[in-house]
This record gives sequence, C-alpha cells and structure tokens, in this order.
Amino acid sequence: MATERKKTYVWEIPVRLTHWVNFFSIIFLSVTGLYIGGPFIHPTSSQSYTMGWMRFIHLLAGYTFLMMVIIRVYWAFAGNRYANWRVFLPLTRRQRHDLGDATRYYLFLSKKPPYAAGHTMCAGAAYFVLFLLFLFQIFSGFALFSYNSPGFFHTLLGGWLTAFMNIQAIRFWHHMVMYFIWVIALIHVYLAVWLDSVEGNGLMGSIFGGYKFITGKEWE
Amino acid sequence: MGEASGSIYDSLRKKGVSRRDFMKFCSLMAATLALPVGGAAKIAEALEKAPKPTLVWLEFQDCCGNTESFLRANDPTVAQIVLDLLSVDYHETIMAPAGKQAEKSLYDVVKNQKGKYLVVVEGAIPLKDGGVYCTVGGRAAIDIAKEVCGNAMATIAMGACAWDGGIPGAAPNPTGAVGVKDAVKDITLINLPGCPANVVNLTGTIVHLLTFGSLPLTDSMGRPLFAYGHRIHDDCERRAHYDAGRFVQIWGDEGHKKGWCLYQMGCKGPETFKNCPAQRWNQGTSWPVEAGHGCIGCAAPHFWDTMTPFYKRIEQVPGFGVEATADKFGAGLAAATAAGLIVHRIARASKKKSSEEEEK
Repeated sequence: MATERKKTYVWEIPVRLTHWVNFFSIIFLSVTGLYIGGPFIHPTSSQSYTMGWMRFIHLLAGYTFLMMVIIRVYWAFAGNRYANWRVFLPLTRRQRHDLGDATRYYLFLSKKPPYAAGHTMCAGAAYFVLFLLFLFQIFSGFALFSYNSPGFFHTLLGGWLTAFMNIQAIRFWHHMVMYFIWVIALIHVYLAVWLDSVEGNGLMGSIFGGYKFITGKEWE
Repeated sequence: MGEASGSIYDSLRKKGVSRRDFMKFCSLMAATLALPVGGAAKIAEALEKAPKPTLVWLEFQDCCGNTESFLRANDPTVAQIVLDLLSVDYHETIMAPAGKQAEKSLYDVVKNQKGKYLVVVEGAIPLKDGGVYCTVGGRAAIDIAKEVCGNAMATIAMGACAWDGGIPGAAPNPTGAVGVKDAVKDITLINLPGCPANVVNLTGTIVHLLTFGSLPLTDSMGRPLFAYGHRIHDDCERRAHYDAGRFVQIWGDEGHKKGWCLYQMGCKGPETFKNCPAQRWNQGTSWPVEAGHGCIGCAAPHFWDTMTPFYKRIEQVPGFGVEATADKFGAGLAAATAAGLIVHRIARASKKKSSEEEEK
C-alpha cells in the first residue's frame, strides 16, 4: 500500500510491562496451579519439596500478578488515550458502532477491517471481561490462601469471598476461570496476528516497542 | 438425679475416682482448652467447688452418632460423666424412664431450674409444614427446642446436624431441616460441629463454663476456637509428605502403604478446621487420616453438599457425566477454542481465495 504512514506512540511502558509480566505470570500460575490441583510429578524422596516449591512459585506469581493488575488499573486513569478506562466499555454511540463493525468483520459478515489506533472496541470489551476474570482469580486465590494464613490482610484480599461462596465452590471456579482466561488468550493472539497481517500497521511489533504505523484509516 | 447436690469433686471421690485421676482429667482439659500454665490447677479448684450442673440432651433428626461419641468418653468414663460430672436428667437413649414419666423429667428441669441448666441438642430441626417431620411425645422438635433451649443457661449444638442441618439438611432438604442457630434465635449457643463431634470438646466446653463462668471464645461460625481454631491440614502428621509432593494415588498403592499424604485422594483436611489430629478418637487411639482415609470435612459448613465428592479434590462439572472434572472440562474448552480458531483460519483462507478470483 502506498498510503503514508504515521509513527504513533500507542502503548506506553506501563501497558507493555503489565502485558508481558502478566503473560509470564499466567503461564507460571497455570502450570503450578495445575500441579496444586492435581499433582502430576511424583517424587519418592523424602528430601523433595515439590508441592512446597509449586505453592511458593504460585504465590509469588500471584502477588506479582496482583501488582500488575493494580498498576494497569492505575494506568487506566493516568495513562494516554489508548490506555484509558473508557476504551474498555462501549459507552458512546461511536464505540457501539465500532463494536458491531469489528464483530461483523471477525464473522466474515463485513470486509472492512476494524482499523483502530489503540484497541478495537471488540478487543476493549473482551479485555474488560478478562479484567473481571482476573479480579475473580485474585480474590478467589487469596480466599483459598486465607485458609492457610488467616488474618486481616488475606481477609481483605479475598478471604471475604468465603462469606458468599463455600470454599470448595471457590476452588472449583478458580480452576474453571483459568480455562476461560486461556480461551480469551488464544483468541487474542489469533486476532492480533490476523489484524496485523491485514492492516499492516505493526500491531504485533507495537506490544514490544510501543509504536504503531497508522494510515489514517483509524481516525475515520 | 434431680436437684444438683454436692460438688463435682466430692461426688467423684465418693465414686472412687482418685485425686490423681481427677488431676489427670483437669490437665487434659487444660491442654484441650489450650490454657496457660496453671490452667489445670484453676480447673481443679473450680471443680472442687462447683455444684453439679444439670444437663438435658435433646435428640431430633439424628442418627445417635453424637450419643455414641458421648458414650465413648474415657476421661472421665461415661459412667462418671453421667453420674458425677453432670446431672443428666434427660437423655432419650440412655435414660431409664419412658413415656410420660420421661417427658415429665424434662419439663421438671425446665420449670424448676429455669436459666440454670445446660442443653445439648443432637440432630437437625425440621421447619417445613409446621415441623411435623420430627415430633417427640407429640410435640414438634421446633416447639420443644424453643421451650427447652429458650430457658436454659446455655445450649450446646453437638454434631453437624444440630449446627447447620447436616445430613437431614443436605440438598434437596425435603423436611426443611436447619440447625439450632437458625431454628431458635436469641439463646446462648455454642456449636460443636462434626459428624460426630468429639466428646473431649463437649467436656472441654462444659469445664470451661464451670471454671470461668462463660462459654469459650468462638469463631465467626459460633464454634469454640480451642477445638476449631486450627486447620486439620496444618496439624496433620502426614503434612510433611504433602509439602514433599508424596501422594497416595490409588488406594493400597505403595504410597498408601508408606503413609503418604491423602490430598490426591480427596482429603478435605486443607478445608477443615477441627482438632482431630491432636485429640483423635476412640480414647485417643487414632483418627481418619492416621487410619489411611482422607478427611471428609465433616466439621465444615454444609459438608454433605460442599465437601462431596469425598474422594475427589474438587466437585464435578454438572451436566457432563460422572467423570467431568473441572480440568477435563476446561482442557476440552481450550481445545475446542483452538479447533474453532483453526476452522476460522481455513475459512479466512478460502474466503481470500474466492475474493481474489472475483477480482480477476
């Protein structure tokens, strides 16, 4: 395409940092979480400390994940227009229109790619759902941990949930929501690669470097 | 029986309980209640003076399991508890009188010792259809509970059923069974959940009341902290195997023979607060996990609904057959998503091809 492209700084450092730290912490949390839920390594030595280490890594990754979510929420208010909380909710007429456009494109009902400088509205809405899932994982995770370590801190972080759900239901949904997150992550990567190839604006590179090369179609 | 007479210590001595055995009992109680140094002496002092409290034992929707537990008390033996430590004036399973005479002894206590006697409730109380699903001597359990518990000094709900409905209260709960805390409001109540509750905790609660004049401190669910303040998992003798990652995987496997952790076999020790690992059962002989069976979480709220399946870590996904674990379901969901995306990619490719052909 011969269109002139404009180099635009879209994803600021906190956005990229939280994205990648979350990427790794979700991998660590999933692997160790699967082990904690159904141990698949079976040491026989009394010197081993497998479950101990798994739980340690899970908790460490959990705390890291919590910090990242806090930073990202802060940045939804302090960051640039692409990071702002408004991009996650279809509040305006324009946004609802974009949501329909993007959805139609993904379902082959339209041939016009969504073209967005930041998130497409479809992505924004999906990330809002993802954010709610993240919140549930944090609260349910700390609710499960509160049985281990009762006290004010863990009651605040998630122990309060035991007043509304029984502990085994919390455990069950803590498992299930992990899979829901996987589903969203798979779709996220698939759509990102696709849009990158169609729109050619450096979408895949932008999550590393922060810049997109936009054509102007994004502002239409 | 009847009116309380003499101190507990006096009557124990009359029955031939030695000073040494009495002090051993006081020490056991002090240890159970986790009292500081000197606790045993304080208990001994109190029991030497305290008059025998009158106790009535109500059975509603129960299996008598807590009575069985009570009958297995060995410190002091049940005979000594029944005859000496307490004045048990009404207990359907072990009392001599029957019929109207038996009922009379219950209401005599309520009338003559208003506000001074103790009640132990065993079993759930059905509320549906006016409480017709459990009646004693023609009276509904709820009416009996309201009158007897309402006039008592304190009520002890013993066992899971008396606490929150237990097994009669499990889904679908056809009789509307609830525990004492939900059936009778505004009474002095302490709960000793478990299926059954351990008699050492019952004796401990009563001794605390006699020694300090108050019920022991309780948690947010009305359970005494001395007995329900610690998680089974944290006091478990198999805990080291858990941390090491050494788990029983099939009943009777090598790990099971070696006494490894029962976590993978669905043990609910990590979800349950009770002093089983310390107090044990049957005269301190053993307890479920020591015997090689996982904890079923019987002291947890609504355990029959929430802690099942007993031999699985977590519940199954409803509506997907018996083997639909959350992990199988979730992995299937992720695989289905990946498959869906592959189909979408193929559809994209064919779409592109056809539009290119159109352009030509």
